[in-house]
Amino acid sequence: MTFISSHQDPEALSLTFVAEFDASVERVWQVWEDPRQLERWWGPPTYPATFQRHEFVPGGSANYYMTSPEGEKFHGWWKITAIDAPRRLEYDDGFADENGVPDDKMGATHSVMTLETVEGRTRMTTVTVFESAEQLQQMLEMGMEEGVREGMGQIDALLAEPARA
Amino acid sequence: MDAGVSYNQMVVDQVDDARLDRLFQAFADATRRDILARVITGEYSVSGLAAHYAMSFAAVQKHVAVMERASLVTKEKRGREQIVRPDLEGVQKARRLLEEYELIWRQRVDRIADILAEEKE
Repeated sequence: MTFISSHQDPEALSLTFVAEFDASVERVWQVWEDPRQLERWWGPPTYPATFQRHEFVPGGSANYYMTSPEGEKFHGWWKITAIDAPRRLEYDDGFADENGVPDDKMGATHSVMTLETVEGRTRMTTVTVFESAEQLQQMLEMGMEEGVREGMGQIDALLAEPARA
Repeated sequence: MDAGVSYNQMVVDQVDDARLDRLFQAFADATRRDILARVITGEYSVSGLAAHYAMSFAAVQKHVAVMERASLVTKEKRGREQIVRPDLEGVQKARRLLEEYELIWRQRVDRIADILAEEKE
């Protein structure tokens, strides 16, 4: 089982999400470090992400865009604020204009990701903090929400299929 | 009373928060959680709140301003005092939005698990 727990904290506008994987800490770190692997999971399958820049060092920045089924591009950015490989990553992220310039109106999201070994598996804890409820709402409204709904549709479709042997 | 029910839920939520607090030192949200718990249970002015914390009045005022922007509290002028009141609707809305955001992470970890599983096949 991958999902372990999640904790929503409306007072702090934060979400803590804990998952465990059957892989080493070093291997799970790679899915964040390698942009080709990162873009396979960051965006939903119908809004695939393309990372044009991914400077995985303290102070480094990343630029990416997600492409809608209609071909529309939604740009985003990361700023890496701290790295302690392969255990801890801190970054800010937000939306950007078509040139990758951060959209200040939307504000940034602050995240801390940690990896630890728990009984032979790797536990990944991500903590995301939003600056305001409006920012969170805007993010959900801008494509991501649509992606989530589509994702839920995919899950429903999978559940409706007969179990494969 | 709704406020009482919400507060009890928050107390339950806070039981597991010691670990979160450690993770979260950078964001100093424990103070804001404490401010919210106080204004739900009693009437506080900004200066009344400030008396409870080992930080400056300005620092507490800044926390309250952040919470006001997040629609978690409202401020009401009374004479020279500013009374801080909880915005319970705002708190509920934030919780709903976080639930939606949680789905994004559920899907992300499923996709990560798929990537990791490829090598084992």
